[in-house]
Amino acid sequence: MKQWEVVIGIETHAQLSTEAKIFSGSSTAFGAIPNLQANAVDIALPGVLPVLNRGAVECAIRFGLAVGAEIAPRSVFARKNYFYPDLPKGYQISQYEHPVVLGGKLVIQVGDTDQTVHLTRAHLEEDAGKSLHEGAGQHFQGRSGIDLNRAGTPLLEIVTEPDMRSSAEAVAYARALHALVRWIGICDGNMQEGSFRCDANVSVRPIGQPHFGTRREIKNLNSFRFMQQAIDYEVQWQIATLEDGGSIEQATVLFDPVTGETRAMRSKEDAHDYRYFPDPDLLPLAIDRQWVEQIRAQMPELPGAKRDRLMVDYGLSLYDAEVLTSSLELAGFYEAAVAIAGRSNAKACANWVMVDLAARLNKEEREIGDSPVSAEQLGGLIARIADGTISTNMARKVFDTLWNGEGGSADDIIASQGLQQITDHASLERLIDELLATNATMVAEFRAGKEKAFNALVGQAMKATRGKANPQQVNELLRRKLA
Amino acid sequence: MIEHSLQAIALSLKSKEISSVELTQLYLDRIARYNPRLNAYLAVDPAISLGQAQAADERLARGEGGPLTGIPIAHKDIFCARGWLTTCGSKMLSSFVSPYDAAVISRFHAAGAVVLGKTNMDEFAMGSSNETSFFGPVHNPWDTTRVPGGSSGGSAAAVAARLAPAATGTDTGGSIRQPAALCNLTGMKPTYGVISRYGMIAFASSLDQAGPLGRSAADCALLLNSMAGFDERDSTSLNRPAEDYGRELNAAAGAKPLAGLKIGLPEEFFGEGCAPEVMHLVEAAVAEYRQLGAETVAVSLPSMGLSVAAYYVIAPAEASSNLARFDGVRYGYRAPDYHDLTDMYCKSRAQGFGAEVKRRILIGTYVLSHGYYDAYYLQAQRIRRLIANDFAAAFRQCDVIIGPTSPSTAFKLGEKASDPVQMYLSDIYTIAVNLAGLPGISLSCGFAGGLPAGLQLIGDYFTEARLLNVAHRYQLATAWHLQRPAAFD
Repeated sequence: MKQWEVVIGIETHAQLSTEAKIFSGSSTAFGAIPNLQANAVDIALPGVLPVLNRGAVECAIRFGLAVGAEIAPRSVFARKNYFYPDLPKGYQISQYEHPVVLGGKLVIQVGDTDQTVHLTRAHLEEDAGKSLHEGAGQHFQGRSGIDLNRAGTPLLEIVTEPDMRSSAEAVAYARALHALVRWIGICDGNMQEGSFRCDANVSVRPIGQPHFGTRREIKNLNSFRFMQQAIDYEVQWQIATLEDGGSIEQATVLFDPVTGETRAMRSKEDAHDYRYFPDPDLLPLAIDRQWVEQIRAQMPELPGAKRDRLMVDYGLSLYDAEVLTSSLELAGFYEAAVAIAGRSNAKACANWVMVDLAARLNKEEREIGDSPVSAEQLGGLIARIADGTISTNMARKVFDTLWNGEGGSADDIIASQGLQQITDHASLERLIDELLATNATMVAEFRAGKEKAFNALVGQAMKATRGKANPQQVNELLRRKLA
Repeated sequence: MIEHSLQAIALSLKSKEISSVELTQLYLDRIARYNPRLNAYLAVDPAISLGQAQAADERLARGEGGPLTGIPIAHKDIFCARGWLTTCGSKMLSSFVSPYDAAVISRFHAAGAVVLGKTNMDEFAMGSSNETSFFGPVHNPWDTTRVPGGSSGGSAAAVAARLAPAATGTDTGGSIRQPAALCNLTGMKPTYGVISRYGMIAFASSLDQAGPLGRSAADCALLLNSMAGFDERDSTSLNRPAEDYGRELNAAAGAKPLAGLKIGLPEEFFGEGCAPEVMHLVEAAVAEYRQLGAETVAVSLPSMGLSVAAYYVIAPAEASSNLARFDGVRYGYRAPDYHDLTDMYCKSRAQGFGAEVKRRILIGTYVLSHGYYDAYYLQAQRIRRLIANDFAAAFRQCDVIIGPTSPSTAFKLGEKASDPVQMYLSDIYTIAVNLAGLPGISLSCGFAGGLPAGLQLIGDYFTEARLLNVAHRYQLATAWHLQRPAAFD
């Protein structure tokens, strides 16, 4: 039995979050009535010309800076020629020989170890429209519809080296990239709407073989789960084929989520000759140093750096720091909460954000960005736990009140509902004395060795104060009095 | 009136000697009378034209308007004009009514000019004789058995026969200058990027440039003033300060108005390949320029001989891609019967395009194909750079280059139609100018056997004003450009 090594490279199309299309002024908003967002340029009327949207270039530069790549001072738009009804010009404007972003790398977490995936390049291009093969209405009978709303939406195609060796690594890369493009604000990452789609080039080779095996490209993986399933299926299919004495033909394949299988869409023989050549309607894209530096100055702290800083500054574990830096919004929320609660409560803030808040958001299917409890409110609440004003249990009630929008701050709610914890020694002692006097049976039971009776007494104390007594102080006082 | 310069027409309009409506009607009547002999116009719409003329008259009555307000202009059918059939000479667009105006049309509209009609042309501007038009050939007003040149043949025939005071054209390899030469007109291709290409149906994007076709350099200067200007919708449009292209024309001058001007005579323009009767007229024009005070120097453009070959790689390559949008899916011609998508593409394009267009799409597709790209396309781009370098070197020795526009006078209809290579060689003197992106102008320099011959002036980048003045000074000293074909009184 041979031992096989899996080799994977990923190509990702990230739709860039620009208001307008890459070569026309039409809106890029998703979900409009078909063809409403297609102007003369998008439908490729005779005589129209493309004009580059600088916003898309800025996104590419941001990406290049985020992955430590070279930003090409001069890159070239080329035409990729092929006929398809959702490609109005009969060619796609892309970058071919001279992409805008060269090289770069992304550090990914696989299990407990960091791995580096090297990038080959990233280039700007326009998206095609959509062919609609089924739909309501008479005009769909036996026909296909074309929606050109998406045509001309800016894409950044990000290509890796064949650096990944398992589906887990591939998914870890895709997740890291997905988090990064959202982090730097160039892509909304909405995979269902197709804003972030991956193709995986997969091959296998006997361990020790120096050259790569023949690869097959799995197209349009629009969820991480499908990516894992598709690669796993493809890998076992390729190994089985080779072990049966067969050979792999270069091909493009599609993953069927229903059967969990990949099947060939087209083979190398019917591969297109795209006849790339520089687009004469567009000048070479020149990017000067000054523009790059201007953008660099506006870049947010990147996830890796922020993760390391959270560990150093706040003493967080690697796991906590990883979770909190999974998105820019979450990290921002966390840091804003710490700013209010104080650095000494950084760990408590992490717990609240990752456990209580996350659970609640999850339950109501909300994103951190539209959390009803703001970072400032949560930070204020945590501060009151830390200084003993309220107990953790009471804090959960305050949190619910904040969540429901029934109070401006934890302090307001504590004051208006009288939730402040009783920590005054004298009044607690008075309370305990009364309790011992009125619960003689329990006292006797405790003295007879029943530890349960002690808990019952604590419960009585808490009940008498409607939960406001400081439980630790009650404990200590009881022990002392009963000793 | 039909012999008036544009400036004179403008004066007549301003002084109410004639109204724009009357002037437009005059030309509409001439079109109705003479166009059947020429087939110069593809679309005339008196209601639209007279409506625009009416608006121009109102503008003039208010004392507003500029040099072109109220003047009817014919437009090559390559320019999209809102509400007008815009066919580009092709069956593919035979029913296409443009929903928008090209930049050139908008600029004339803003100037208050009247759209007189859309003129015939070689299909998608691919041709040098106007014989590839789906709507039939245009006839040369000087001899209706002959071609008017192409691809702006309809515009040239219309102006030559006085069916329009002036017209627009486009020039990818000589398509303004060669018909100007064959029809006794003045036609200019400006520096690439001076006039916006927005709304001008693309043939070869890196070579296409719009320009004016008129009866004199002075008329061309007025037209160019309206046509030129930066347009952010065309990324290859040049953002330069506006200039008055006629500024040198009115300068006072003595007997030697061109004293100090150095004219370069490239040996490649004066060797073999040109009909002797044409060469004779060109040489006479050079002598006239010496009379006007210019000095001549021999220059050399050693890579010129490669220009036709390079052009017939680059232009078809770009065309093969530019014409891919004509696929029968969204607009334009679609075959009536087909059984699937590929069949629809194949039949629509096979039926919608003519033979010359198909030939160029095939050539272009071939030279861009994997394995041939380096040998053809990249090699042609290298030649293109060599040609530009040749001109740059020549312009270190001279101000203006002079030579013939076309190697012959107008040839017979059908004479070269079956021999594409002979046809391609009609542009042997004009193509290099497009490859280098330089401005060029053609003006008539006499007649041979009753047919006009063209003199070509080529300048360095952005020297349109000087070229127009150099042409203008010749036209002040000679009367060739005032000749009118007898059959179109």
